Parts: sequence; C-alpha cells; structure tokens
Amino acid sequence: MVLKGKVIKYGDNVDTDVIIPARYLNTSDPNELASHCMEDLDKDFAKKVNPGDFIVAGSNFGSGSSREHAPIAIKYSGISCVIAKSFARIFYRNAINTGLPIIETDAEFNDGDELEVDLGAGVITNLTKGETATFPPFPEFLQKIIDAGGLFNAMKEM
Amino acid sequence: MSMTATQKILAAHCGKESVAAGDMIMADLDLVLANDITAPVAINEYRKAGCEKIFDQERVALVMDHFTPNKDIKAAEQCKKVRDFAGEKGIVNFFDTGEVGVEHALLPERGMVTGGDLVIGADSHTCTYGALGAFSTGVGSTDMAVGMAYGKVWLRVPSAISIVLKGKPKKWVSGKDIILHIIGKIGVDGALYKSMEYSGDGVQYLSMDDRLCICNMAIEAGAKNGFFPVDEKTIEFLEKAGAKAPRVFEADEDAVYDSVMEIDLSTLEPCVAFPHLPENVKTFDEFGDIKIDQVVIGSCTNGRLSDFVEAAEILKGRKVAKGVRVLIIPATQKIWKDAMNMGLFDIFIDAGCAVSAPTCGPCLGGHMGILADGERCVSTTNRNFVGRMGHPGSEVYLASPAVAAASAIAGKIASPYDL
Repeated sequence: MVLKGKVIKYGDNVDTDVIIPARYLNTSDPNELASHCMEDLDKDFAKKVNPGDFIVAGSNFGSGSSREHAPIAIKYSGISCVIAKSFARIFYRNAINTGLPIIETDAEFNDGDELEVDLGAGVITNLTKGETATFPPFPEFLQKIIDAGGLFNAMKEM
Repeated sequence: MSMTATQKILAAHCGKESVAAGDMIMADLDLVLANDITAPVAINEYRKAGCEKIFDQERVALVMDHFTPNKDIKAAEQCKKVRDFAGEKGIVNFFDTGEVGVEHALLPERGMVTGGDLVIGADSHTCTYGALGAFSTGVGSTDMAVGMAYGKVWLRVPSAISIVLKGKPKKWVSGKDIILHIIGKIGVDGALYKSMEYSGDGVQYLSMDDRLCICNMAIEAGAKNGFFPVDEKTIEFLEKAGAKAPRVFEADEDAVYDSVMEIDLSTLEPCVAFPHLPENVKTFDEFGDIKIDQVVIGSCTNGRLSDFVEAAEILKGRKVAKGVRVLIIPATQKIWKDAMNMGLFDIFIDAGCAVSAPTCGPCLGGHMGILADGERCVSTTNRNFVGRMGHPGSEVYLASPAVAAASAIAGKIASPYDL
C-alpha cells in the first residue's frame, strides 16, 4: 500500500489523554471521537488534516491509557499513518489490532513535508526534500494480523 | 535456559518449557477485564466479528467504575450496553454501582487474581496485580474482546529491569514515593516494553498496598508489567481475599536483566511529580511555595484503606485550608465501609473534606472534581498529563496520601514533616 500526504509534526511523549481527552470517552462513535482528536495539544488539528496526512512524532507516542479510542480517533481523522521514534506498548498493540499503520524510525521530517510511504517495500520518500528512508518489516506474527485485517480475523485463521 | 519470573509465568501459560525475550507467543488467560469506557468498544468489535462465544463466563470481569455513578446520558448508555451484554452472555463478574469499586482495587480484594495468574485488562493500570506475583498487563479493547472470546492473548515476551530494594523506608515514605522516585530516575519510557521485577530485603517492609501502588504505576515508566515475588504478606493477603492458592514463580539466579537498579529505601524522601509528566519528580528541597485549589485522595493507585488511615493521621484535629477543595474517594465499597467503621470519615468531614462513592471520577477528568483553567490539584492518582483532570490549562501534582493530606491543610504543596 502506498500512502501520500503531508507531515503534521509533534514532539515526544504524545499521550492518549491529548490524542483523545477522557471527557469525550462517553461515546465509542469513531467520527465523534475523530472530531476531538489532538485538541488539547493542537486545537486546529481536526481542521488542518487532509486525508492521507501523516502524524510524525518523537519517542513514546501514545503513552498512558489503554483507550483504543486513540488509534480510532486518529484513523477516522484522516491520518493514514503515524511515524514515530518509538511507541508506547499498548498504543502499538492497538494500532496493529485495529489496522492503523504505524512506522518506527529515527528518520527526521519537518512539519509540512510531503511524504510518500510504501508500506510493503518499507520505504519513506520525502518529496519535499528529495530524500528516502527505509524501515524494517514487522515481525512475521504481527504482519499476519495486519494482513488478515485485524486481530479477530487473524484468530479465525489460527 | 534461565528466565525471569515474568518469563516463567508466560512459558507456563503457552505450554513451553522456556521462552526468551522477544519471542512472540499466544498465551492462555486466567482472567480478562474491561471497564465502562473500554468494554463498549470491545463489544462493538466482538459484534462486528460476528462472535458468539465467551471462553469462560466466570473469568471475564466487567467493572463499571470510570464514569459511574453514571455522569451523563451518554455514560449511562455505555453502562447499559455493557450491562445488557453481560446479561445476554451470562457473565458472572459484572460490577455496577452499589457493588462496584475501582477495578484494580476491587479484583484483588475479591480474590479474583492470585500468584502465577496471567491477566489482561482493557485498562492500562491492569499491571497492578504484579504485586500478587501474577503477570498482568493493560491491552486495548480489541485484545480484550478476543481474550473474552478465545481466552488467549498475543504477547511479545519482555526483557526485564531488576530493581533491588534495600533497607526500610522511614515514616511518611510510602509505595507512591518509591515508584515516583523510580520513574523520576528512569523516565516515562525508561522501562518501555519491559518488566520491572522487584527483589531485595526491602520488600519485606512494604505492605501489600505499597506493592499494589508500585506495580500500578509500572505503566507510567512504559513497562509491560511490574512483579513482586510471593512472600508471607502476599499469602496472607490472598487467603484473606479468598483467592486460590498461588502458583509461585521465582526468577532463576542467573536470569538475565537489561539493567539492575539498587534503591536504598531508608534514604528516600517524600516527593511530588510536577506537571505534565510523571517523571518530573522533585523532593521538597527542590521547590518553593505552590498554592493549590484541590486535593484528591483516591484511585486505583492510592484509594486503599491504608491510604486513608495515613491521610487521617495527618488530618485528625486539623482543618483544610480555606479555598481548597478536598475529595476523599475510597476505591471500593469494602474500603468505604472499613474507613467509616474506623471513624475516618468523622476525621475527614470535621476537617472539611468531601467523601465520595467509589469511582475513578476525577483521576481521568471524568467527573466528581474537574479542574478549571489555571487550577492546581495535588492528587494521589497516577497521571499528570495536560488536561488529565479537566481544563488543558489546569495542573496536577502527583503525590502520596500523606503529602496530599499535608497539602490540604497548608493550602500549598506541603511535606508531612513540616506540619
């Protein structure tokens, strides 16, 4: 799968309370969650995302609560993939299980850079800077879950 | 091959002689947990997958603790959805207002977890039960739904940090100060994906409430789980709770750790985690006067009986500073009743505190004590992220019940030694 969009950049330790504040967790409606995504960190986020855009962040992205509402809110906001230096472990699981593409890489990108990401080939092309970066594939076990379209489907095949 | 205690529990739950850090396994579950926020999403996923079965109706716990007593119509609808589901599927351990408590205080109290168990919960603080010698970890709603249906979870076997506790902590230094000290040293991703395994002669001085508090906040260092070995105190706690006899797992003597951290508990001081990360830990010699508007004593971290005994010792015969709102939230009905029977509520109410029914409430900015822009709260809870307890311009300072009680009287962040 090839994804294309621009970079929306944040720092380290973006926690699930800013991704989707708990005051909105009285619903599990994906579109309603998406309308409040990142608002305590960046109140214009929902307005500035164009379908396909990337969140790029530093280390420990998605730290804190186990709320699956976080990857759901990001996915339904139009973000195609989150690229970070590292992910908090529950967010990592939730992204895999719910089908939100994530990439762990130390490559640097600037806010507004135009990227093209080939998930299968493991290549990120920075169209703005004319640079490419590669990232390793997921462990085989996790790739099976991704390929099956989520954990429930994978369990049926196991 | 040598293993850590965590690795031994995982091996025993996937039918293997041994496992090594980095292995991907499918493990069998002893208990699966969700709450009123995460269960509705799990039920959505379960229904979407066309699932019908529940792996074991006695080993699923649905705990309505976050936005209860129902804070608004949407929250009420979410609880109703879970209540209906529990009824339809014959899930035995459904806990609602009147019976409910904050999940990670409730399940150990009811003897639902024992040493050697493997537990997942759609709540990040599920790591609490490591205090009982179990492996437990937080997962998302889809993991929980799959666990509920199949009784299985996928896990990457973690490596570990060995934390050796030595000596005896002095008065007013509690489990909360110990875990905040550790997070202050290693940072909020200092144990990312790893186990935090405790040992050493200092463990004997820690109450079960201290150990539950320490394991509760393993996630705040990014860890997969925390783990205390089973000793006489654990056995006594489990017997009193009516839990099954534990399966005891101990690390091999030559177990391999990513790092070893030694802490002399006798040198630790009360401390406070400043906004907006649990790693921003300071001792009282490192800051001046910080005026406060609210104090919260409760939560899965510090809502147990000994936490209220400690707070009451400080609040007895004293008054809360004018302009400070103090919320006392016993984590379960049993803790509530015990505190009441011990006369602690007389002390709290005479001091000017409000006592609430069990709920997670303000900890996550749900209800029952939300902060306005610019307000500051000293809280015995576990997170101080931006907007955690209300307005994104508010501030949460994490501390022990003793520091919270002392601060309530002083009207500013205060040490129990200064009263």
